[in-house]
Amino acid sequence: MLEKALVGNRSYWGWLAVLAGIIAVGAFFYLRQFSVGLGITGLSRDVTWGFYIAQFTFLVGVAASAVMVVLPYYLHNYKAFGKMTILGEFLAIAAVIMCMLFIFVDMGQPTRVLNVIFHPTPKSLMFWDMVSLSGYLVLNVLISHVTLDAERKGIAPPKWIKPIIILSIPWAISIHTVTAFLYSGLAARPFWMTAVLAPRFLASAFAAGPALLILMTLLIRKLTRFDPGKEPLQRLAVIVTYAMTINVFLILMELFTGLYSAIPEHVAHFQFLYLGLEGNTALVPWMWTSVALSVVALVLLLNPRTRVNEPTMVMACVAVFVSIWIDKGLGMVVTGFVPSPLGHVTSYWPTLPEVAISLGIYAIGALVITVFYHIALAVRGEIAH
Amino acid sequence: MNQGRRSFLKTAALGALGAAATHALPAAAEGAKAAGGRRWAMLIDTRKCLEKKGCMKCAEACHEAHNVPALPNPRHEVKWIWKEGFRQAFPDQEAEYFDETLTTSKVLVFCNHCDRPPCVRVCPTQATWRRSDGIVMMDWHRCIGCRYCVAACPYGSRSFNWVDPRPHIAQLTPDYPTRTRGVVEKCTFCDERVPEGRPPACVEACEAKALMFGDLADPASEIRGVLRTRFAVRRRPGLGTHPEIFYLV
Amino acid sequence: MYDGGKILAGIAVFLLVVLLPVWHNAFVASAPRPEVKIVTQEKQCVDSAAAMRATHMNVLDQWRDAVVRDGIRTTVTPTGMHVSMSLTKTCMSCHPNKKEFCDACHNYLAVSPTCWQCHVEPRPEPKESSS
Repeated sequence: MLEKALVGNRSYWGWLAVLAGIIAVGAFFYLRQFSVGLGITGLSRDVTWGFYIAQFTFLVGVAASAVMVVLPYYLHNYKAFGKMTILGEFLAIAAVIMCMLFIFVDMGQPTRVLNVIFHPTPKSLMFWDMVSLSGYLVLNVLISHVTLDAERKGIAPPKWIKPIIILSIPWAISIHTVTAFLYSGLAARPFWMTAVLAPRFLASAFAAGPALLILMTLLIRKLTRFDPGKEPLQRLAVIVTYAMTINVFLILMELFTGLYSAIPEHVAHFQFLYLGLEGNTALVPWMWTSVALSVVALVLLLNPRTRVNEPTMVMACVAVFVSIWIDKGLGMVVTGFVPSPLGHVTSYWPTLPEVAISLGIYAIGALVITVFYHIALAVRGEIAH
Repeated sequence: MNQGRRSFLKTAALGALGAAATHALPAAAEGAKAAGGRRWAMLIDTRKCLEKKGCMKCAEACHEAHNVPALPNPRHEVKWIWKEGFRQAFPDQEAEYFDETLTTSKVLVFCNHCDRPPCVRVCPTQATWRRSDGIVMMDWHRCIGCRYCVAACPYGSRSFNWVDPRPHIAQLTPDYPTRTRGVVEKCTFCDERVPEGRPPACVEACEAKALMFGDLADPASEIRGVLRTRFAVRRRPGLGTHPEIFYLV
Repeated sequence: MYDGGKILAGIAVFLLVVLLPVWHNAFVASAPRPEVKIVTQEKQCVDSAAAMRATHMNVLDQWRDAVVRDGIRTTVTPTGMHVSMSLTKTCMSCHPNKKEFCDACHNYLAVSPTCWQCHVEPRPEPKESSS
C-alpha cells in the first residue's frame, strides 16, 4: 500500500516539498542544539521544561483522542464512524511520532536515551510513559495497517485484530493518564500536584483531538472526493461539546481550590498565569485569549443551531483547538516552574531555534498524516483527479 | 458453611492482609537503614555562619574541588552549594516577627540527601539513587539529561548543564572529572572523600566551624549529641522527603 | 525478470561503489598501523599488553561501575597491583600522552570514546619509575 504514497498531483508533491523545507530548517537548528547544548533554548535553571515538553504533553492528548472514534465504532457498533476510524488511527500515529520526537529533542544526552530501556525503573513514571507510548504506536500501526489492508482487498479484517482494537481503547486512556502522572505526583510542584490533572488532560484531549479530526476531515472533503456524510461530524461535534464543557468545568474547579484555600504556593501560580507575577506577564494575554476562545467555543457548541451549521462548527473547533493548545502547550508546563520552589520568578519564552525545531517536528507530523491519509484515500479510490 | 463462619473467615483474612501490609510498609520505605550501616548527615549552625558575613569559603572550596563551572549567564547557572534568603530556604516558616538578623540574612543551602528522595523516585535510568549510607549519588555516565529530577526536587538543589562547562572552569582540578553538557549535577556529599575518612570539602573549608558532618546511625556521634540538646529545623519537612541537613537557628 | 540487464548492471555498480574502501585498501597503501608510544618507566600495566589491547574498554566500564555505582574505589589487578580504579589517576599517570597513546589507535579505527569530555587528561609528563 505504501506505493500509493508515490502517486499524487502537483499540490500533493508541492505540499510535501514545503514540509520537507520546514523539516530541513528544523534539522539544521537541531544540529546546532546537539552541538552547543540546550542552552540555545529559552530554558533556565529554574524553568527546566518548556516548549518541547509542553508540545509533547499536548500531542499525547491528540494521540489519545483517536479513542473517541474507535470506541463508539468497535465497542458500540456505531456504524457512522466507519469511515473515520482510520483517520483517527493515522492521526494517533502521527501524534505519537511527534511526541517521541519532542521528547528526543528535549534530552540533554539524546544518544543515551536507550538507557531508559537498558535500566528499567518501574518507580519512574517516565519509564511507563516510554512503555505506553511505544505500545500505543505499535498498536495503532498494526491496527491501521491490518484494517486498511483488508479494506483494500475488499474483505473483512481478520478476527484476531478485534481484541487488539479493544485493547487500544484503555491503552489510549492510559497514555494520557501516565503523562498526567508525570506531573501530578510531584510534591515539589504544587501547581501540578492535583488529582484533577489526569481528568483534565483527558477532557481537554477529547475536546481538542476530535476538533482537529473534524477540521482535517472537512479539509480532506474539500480537496478530494472523500465525504463521510454529516452524521459522523455531527457526532464528533457533540463529543467535543461534552469534553470541552467538562474541561472548562475542571479548570474552574482548579481555580476554586487554589484560590479559595489561599495557600500562597497555590495562588502564586494562578496569579502568574492570569495576572502576572513580579512583573512577569508574558503568559497573561495568552491565557485570557484562551479563556475568551473557550467561551466562544462553548457558546457555539452548546447551541444546537451553531453546532450543526458547518461554518460556525468550524469556528468552534478552531476555538477549541487553539484554546486548549494555549492552555496545555504554553501555560501548563512553564507555570509549574514559576515561581520556583525557592520562590524565584524566572521568565521563559521559546527562542528562535526552539521554535524552528518544534515547527520541524510539527512538519514531520504533517508529513506523516499527509502520506497516510493519501494512502487511505487512494485505497478507497477517493483521490480527486 | 453458614454465614456466620463465612463472614468470620473473611474478616480474619482481611485483617491478616492488613496487618501484613502495614508491617511491610516501613521496611519498604526508601529510608530503611542497613543493619550496622552509616547514615551521613550535616548540621549547619546558622548563627556561626552569620558571624562571617559574605564568607563563601565553603562554596569556593566545593566548586573548585569538583570542577563546578562558573557560568556568566545566570539562567545557565550551575551550583552545588550557595546561600539563599532565609524566607526562600524556609518558605514554611512564618518569619514575620522573628529575629531579623536571621530572617533577613542568607543561609547555606545544597542537596538535602533526603531519606525519601523524590528525585530518585522519578529518575528513569537510576542515574541518581540513594546509597545505603544515605548519600543521594549521581552517575554522570548514565544521565540522559531529561531533567525530571530537577522538576521533582522541592529544594531547587539540582543544576543542569545547558552548555559545555569546560570553558567556564577557571581552575581545573585534575583528580576529579568535570561533567559534560546535557547532564544534571548536584552535591554528592563528597563521596570521593567521605569513604576515606575525610570530611566534605565545605566542612573542611568553613572558618566559622559552622558545618558539622556526621553519622546519624551512630548514637554516640557528635551530630547526634547536638541534635539531642538543641532544636534544629529542616527545609520543608512536611513534604515527607526526610531531608538530612539540619539547621540550628 | 523485467529489465534484468539494467537491474544486474545497477547491482554491480552499487557493489562497486559501496565496497570502495575495500578496493582502495587492496590496491593502494592504507594508513600504517599505529605504534603506541609508551613513555612510562613502569614495567607492569594493570594487566598484560595483549589483554589490555583487547579489553581495556571493558576494564574501564567495570571500574566506572565499581567506583560510581558501588562506591568501591580500589582493586587488586590481575598482575597483583593495588590500584585506584581511575582513568586519570591510575591509567593516565603511566600513560599521560593521550595523543600518542590513546588517540593514535582510536583515530586509526575511527573510534571516539567520550571519556575526556569529563575526565581530565593530565599534562604530558611521563611518570618516573618509583624505585
